[in-house]
Amino acid sequence: MVGRIVPLVVKELLQLRRDRYALVRLVVLVLVQLFMFGYAATFEVHRVATAVLDRDQSQESRELLSRFTASGRFEVTAVAGDVRELTRLVDTGQATVAVQIHPGFAARLRKGDTAPVQVIVDSTNSNTALVALGYVSRIVDAFAEDYATDRVARSAPARLRRIPRVVLAPRPWYNPSLESRWYFVPGVIGSLMLVITVNLTAFAVVREREIGTLEQIMVTPIRPVEFVLGKTLPSFLIGLGEMVLITLVGTLWFRVPFRGDPVVLLLGSSLFLTSTLGMGLLISTLCRTQQQAFASSFFVLMPAFVLSGFSFPIASMPPVLQWITYAIPLRYFLVVLRSTFLKGVGLRVLWPEMLAMAAIGVTMVAVSALRFRKSLE
Amino acid sequence: MTWRRTTAIARKELLHVRRDPRSLLIALLLPIMQMLLLGYGATLDAKHLAVYAFDRDGSQTSQALLERFRASAYFDLVRTVDRYADLAAAVDAGRARLALVVPPDFSRRLRAGGTTTVQAIIDATDDNTANLATAYAEAVVDRFSEDLQLDWLRREGLPDRAAAPPISVEVRTWYNEDLESRNFIVPGVVALVMALVGALLSSLTIAREWERGTMEQLVSTPVTAREIMLGKLLPYFAIGLVDAALCVGVGIGWFGVPFRGTVGTLVVATALYLVVVLGIGFAISVAIPNQLGASSIAILVTLLPTNMLSGFAFPIDQMPAPIRAVSYVVWARYYLTILKAVFLKGSGLGTLAGPLGAMALYAAIVGTVATRAFRKTLD
Repeated sequence: MVGRIVPLVVKELLQLRRDRYALVRLVVLVLVQLFMFGYAATFEVHRVATAVLDRDQSQESRELLSRFTASGRFEVTAVAGDVRELTRLVDTGQATVAVQIHPGFAARLRKGDTAPVQVIVDSTNSNTALVALGYVSRIVDAFAEDYATDRVARSAPARLRRIPRVVLAPRPWYNPSLESRWYFVPGVIGSLMLVITVNLTAFAVVREREIGTLEQIMVTPIRPVEFVLGKTLPSFLIGLGEMVLITLVGTLWFRVPFRGDPVVLLLGSSLFLTSTLGMGLLISTLCRTQQQAFASSFFVLMPAFVLSGFSFPIASMPPVLQWITYAIPLRYFLVVLRSTFLKGVGLRVLWPEMLAMAAIGVTMVAVSALRFRKSLE
Repeated sequence: MTWRRTTAIARKELLHVRRDPRSLLIALLLPIMQMLLLGYGATLDAKHLAVYAFDRDGSQTSQALLERFRASAYFDLVRTVDRYADLAAAVDAGRARLALVVPPDFSRRLRAGGTTTVQAIIDATDDNTANLATAYAEAVVDRFSEDLQLDWLRREGLPDRAAAPPISVEVRTWYNEDLESRNFIVPGVVALVMALVGALLSSLTIAREWERGTMEQLVSTPVTAREIMLGKLLPYFAIGLVDAALCVGVGIGWFGVPFRGTVGTLVVATALYLVVVLGIGFAISVAIPNQLGASSIAILVTLLPTNMLSGFAFPIDQMPAPIRAVSYVVWARYYLTILKAVFLKGSGLGTLAGPLGAMALYAAIVGTVATRAFRKTLD
């Protein structure tokens, strides 16, 4: 059996080497996408373009505004002279955040009255707006806190110093400086492996059928099982190769930590590949031409990508979509990837994901193998 | 160039589309599917985050604090544990996004007066959710702290004002008042769909003629190269406009995304964008004579930049300078600016003159390149 599979694998790899665009598709494009996600995919909020209108011009108002710049989250790019100018800066998109300090700000503070500060946020991008508002309230709270502490220390009755206060001490685990890159780079491994191996497998079979060489193979003594193995093994190896490539570039170039066990990652990758290869085979049994295969794989891969949790958290999706995600192998693989890279946990934690991928993989392969025999007859 | 010959080619192309139900299905089903998938699935909001708590104090005050988390729409207090190891294990396994540790002397220290700290472990694998979770948790704790202080002041017979936060922030969220992810994502989907459909369909037109061997027949007819190009792209231009209308219809009618601009601006921008996308698809189809190669390259060239560098989901101003420079070349960037402005901001032609001009320039360049690239020869 091995004697008949090996030549087929060699034939597939030879065919790939002759394909001028194969190297471009499998290495260059993969790296281009990895670099896009490593550099461009960020939900972080730094140095947001901010316009200010200080109508109080006091020591207090200047101190508050300087804290915005000092935080590194905001960058004052424009100082408006009046409200109309402030509005225009936001309308034209020159400023994402606008801060207005009303006249009498310092006077109210000194009297112990509440002093309002107006903050306008361009929330076209709702996420940036939300995160930026979080920083605004942190900065203003810290300023208010310091001011109140000063005031209490100076004038209030001594017992006011005993006022109870609860503060939260956040400890972000696994990604302490909250870098988007650490989240996306491991995920890219899964999404690229998915696209590449499903397409490779689907086309490997459909191409033979379209060109008419499938009949030639069928008259040789090779058995269907051997044929399927011979067709999928090269994709499997290429899939693992991509995983190693992206892991190396991700850890060495982008400095994403790898805290887990490589063996766990290898096991997870193999289980994941079983399901993607099964999916590729299934598509190949449903399509007569490469064009159809292309369209079908697109219709399968796109939802898988959106619903996998690659960039949008599954927990925030509506319940119906959440149920669908359980059938998507990439969902489990992303957990394995991010956990091995960032959390450093092993099988003791990841066994449910592994089991789910194995179950989906076996089902996929079984269904496609059954269909495959039919499509040959 | 005659109009009669151009429409003849267009009719022939339309027949191709009609005879191939799959590509028609792609053209009409894909926009709706994309819209529903992204409209429902693409949300960055954080709600119902799983919370584990380790209450080492076990007092009425600490229970009251946990009750605040239970009542918040952003958090689901899943369970309370008795050991720190259980808490860490829950975070490790991803069962808890947030884990609260209330110190053993929590209520005692509050009674004695002064500041007490509650630790919050956050699973920061997903940095964005972690960021939002931190802000929400801080808000819950702040409110709790303020209420404690008011109670304390009343008991001490001091005026409420003594502890009132001296600064209040009045927040105005413009253009997307409820901070809905959907309002931010859905307008961009229009650009995504058109990049996809336009490139996919147009990239096949020339390659198909080569693969089926009908190019020779076409060359032997009196039609000129320009007539072939125009005739072939016209039907897809029409399909693209229908798709855009479908997307906008679903976005406004189904998802309730506001539409504050003028239809005219949207139509002009969409037509220009289609010229660019179809022209690129056509040029690729001329350069790569097989259907598969042409369509996969076309998708990559149009879809990847539209997805990543246009500001569709990732804010351009947060990217490193070299990538930001590249984004100026991405035609979708200008279309995205216009889409978001037309849907949410309600800007008119005046403020959008810049991006519209950039798109017109692009359409002219791509149109010229595509026309030049296609020669009516057989070699």
